[in-house]
Amino acid sequence: MGPLALRVEAMGKRYRLRGGGPSYDTFADALRRTVGAPVRWLRGQARADTTATFWALDDVSFEIPVGQAVGVIGRNGAGKSTLLKILSGVTEPTVGQAAVWGTMGALLEVGTGFHPELTGRENVFLNGAILGMRRAEVARKFDEIVAFSGIEKFIDTPAKHYSSGMYMRLAFAVAAHLETSILLVDEVLAVGDAEFQRKCLQKMEQVGSQGRTVLFVSHDMAAVTRLCSRAILLDQGRVVRDGMASEVVHHYLHGGAIHGAAVREWPSPESAPGDQVAKLRAVRVLDEQGRPAPEVDIRRPVRIEVDFWNLQPSESPSVNLHIFNEESICLFVTSDFSTATWKAGPRNRGLVRSTCVIPGNFLAEGLFTVLAAVSSYRRVTVHAMERDAVAFTIVDRSEGDGVRGPYAGPLPGVVRPMLDWTLETLEPGGAR
Amino acid sequence: MKTAEFQADAQGVPTRVIRSQSGWAPLDLAQVWRHRELVFFMAWRDIQLRYRQTLLGVGWAVLQPLSTTAVFAVFFGRLGKIPSDGLPYPLFALAGLIPWQLFAFALLQSSVSLVENQNILRKVYFPRIIVPIASVGAGILDFMVAFLILLAAMAWFRVGLSWRLLALPPLVVLALVTALGIGLWLATLNVRYRDIRYTVPFLSQLWLFATPVAYPASIVPERWRPLLGLNPMAGVVEGFRWALLGAGQVSGGLLAISTGVAVALLVSGLFYFRRMERGFADVI
Repeated sequence: MGPLALRVEAMGKRYRLRGGGPSYDTFADALRRTVGAPVRWLRGQARADTTATFWALDDVSFEIPVGQAVGVIGRNGAGKSTLLKILSGVTEPTVGQAAVWGTMGALLEVGTGFHPELTGRENVFLNGAILGMRRAEVARKFDEIVAFSGIEKFIDTPAKHYSSGMYMRLAFAVAAHLETSILLVDEVLAVGDAEFQRKCLQKMEQVGSQGRTVLFVSHDMAAVTRLCSRAILLDQGRVVRDGMASEVVHHYLHGGAIHGAAVREWPSPESAPGDQVAKLRAVRVLDEQGRPAPEVDIRRPVRIEVDFWNLQPSESPSVNLHIFNEESICLFVTSDFSTATWKAGPRNRGLVRSTCVIPGNFLAEGLFTVLAAVSSYRRVTVHAMERDAVAFTIVDRSEGDGVRGPYAGPLPGVVRPMLDWTLETLEPGGAR
Repeated sequence: MKTAEFQADAQGVPTRVIRSQSGWAPLDLAQVWRHRELVFFMAWRDIQLRYRQTLLGVGWAVLQPLSTTAVFAVFFGRLGKIPSDGLPYPLFALAGLIPWQLFAFALLQSSVSLVENQNILRKVYFPRIIVPIASVGAGILDFMVAFLILLAAMAWFRVGLSWRLLALPPLVVLALVTALGIGLWLATLNVRYRDIRYTVPFLSQLWLFATPVAYPASIVPERWRPLLGLNPMAGVVEGFRWALLGAGQVSGGLLAISTGVAVALLVSGLFYFRRMERGFADVI
């Protein structure tokens, strides 16, 4: 691991919970409490502590090396925003500490400090100053910022006349031009149209490739896996998982109930799933080079390998795979019937390997789980079956040469095959 | 040394260490200097917003001192027969009202500044002290417009200018320092106790009558006059009259006391603010 950009040590943040009353005290309440204190003390109610507390962050520790993009995920109230607020300096931790190497910029909410009465131009300068940019720096980048936002025509119109989309575009454009070595981003891509989202994502990716460190809080799991190499899962203020983005996202989506690993192995037949005919030895998701691949680029093929012990010489069991997506929809079932080896009939006892290749540009992006089974068909029998045997993520890096092309917005469909298209001009110049 | 345990490893000294601070903190005024552009932008924004979508615009800066002067002239000057150090009463009152309104506006704006900017304070970090400082600065434009009115009134009453005018800038600073000093206390309290907002107009009304704006300091008995200096605005108002009109009971002793009190208010306000600012985002 290279030099660190950020180190968080045993950090915790405690908040006081207040009842249904007003969110602030009145001076009279405080006076009453102060005046009443000796009386309560005399009555032996020394500390009538009526306010409950809770830990929004609890013993959180992690390190982030320079240049890494890290996603922070978790349910609402898991402590994600509190973490960013502490790191940006808006609020203080109750315990623990963090060290920062480099300059830090935070986008906790786009358009902070934007005022509807001011024009777009005025808001750019004001917002830039609030985010910590120098006036000269904003002036230098002004044209670039306005071009990025795409609202050149309205830059001298008061922001109150903007649509919410225009407002957000301009606000994000200012923030995207922050030149800090560490960037904290809190769910800002949830706004804007698809085309603008793509621009934002590209800008964020540039941020990452410039050696900048990014901490990205989001509920958009596809964006997290696309932008971040690593993810931290928070639950009730604690770090419950920290690792490769696809694996942590998988864990989050499935509540940790299934095994999210790319490789499952059963070292001995005694403990392996199966009957007296066949027992599973291993199921693996591999890339083209044969390396375990929990995460695969959408354009690359996925190889799924099933090893099993064939225990009866007279049988010719067949391997089949069921591929499920995140919604537990079975996309397809495939088996090794088509191989010449299987057609050749019963094999000897021993370890058998059956390999299937799912082509690139076929599955949609997302998380997939694999059910692996070994069955016979002469008399239909399932010898061995493992649900959720392995899992893998298909990642679409939207670099333009996939099925997505230049489009970065949500793209529905359980598969995303690359199909043959033709595009031709039928009548040059003929417009009638 | 805060960063002691981080220095030990190969990482080098962190740019910033985030941890819970408790108790009193140093003021770190250099930080304010580094963010001077933000002070300017926020003051500029406040000025912009004050005059957009208003009917009279900058006219308010003229109307307020003039109408108050008229009321004072009728009730205190004509009917109340309050002496005015031998000057025409309207000019006498106007010369006192203009620094007073600078002060009162700065006091009100700084007291409510944190709560008015709570959306920003909850979302972005910058030195919080910028907010009340900028809000104090926002009143300067009004003051300058009103000052032109005062100059016009002086010409009307045929009062000439003199080298004593040089005393004005320090007096303006004294008024702003006093307003900021109290404003810091009130702004901090207002974060937790919203009744401060209702207290400020009341407080400033009482303060107006404790300050020789409608009456001259000379009607206060001689031996009590140094006590008047405990109110820094007494020094400012009397100083204004002296600098512009050559009247008033300004003495070095009175101004020294006023300055001392104003500085004490500012320094204590700054320390109190620094102590409390860490919790602003959680409480506001």
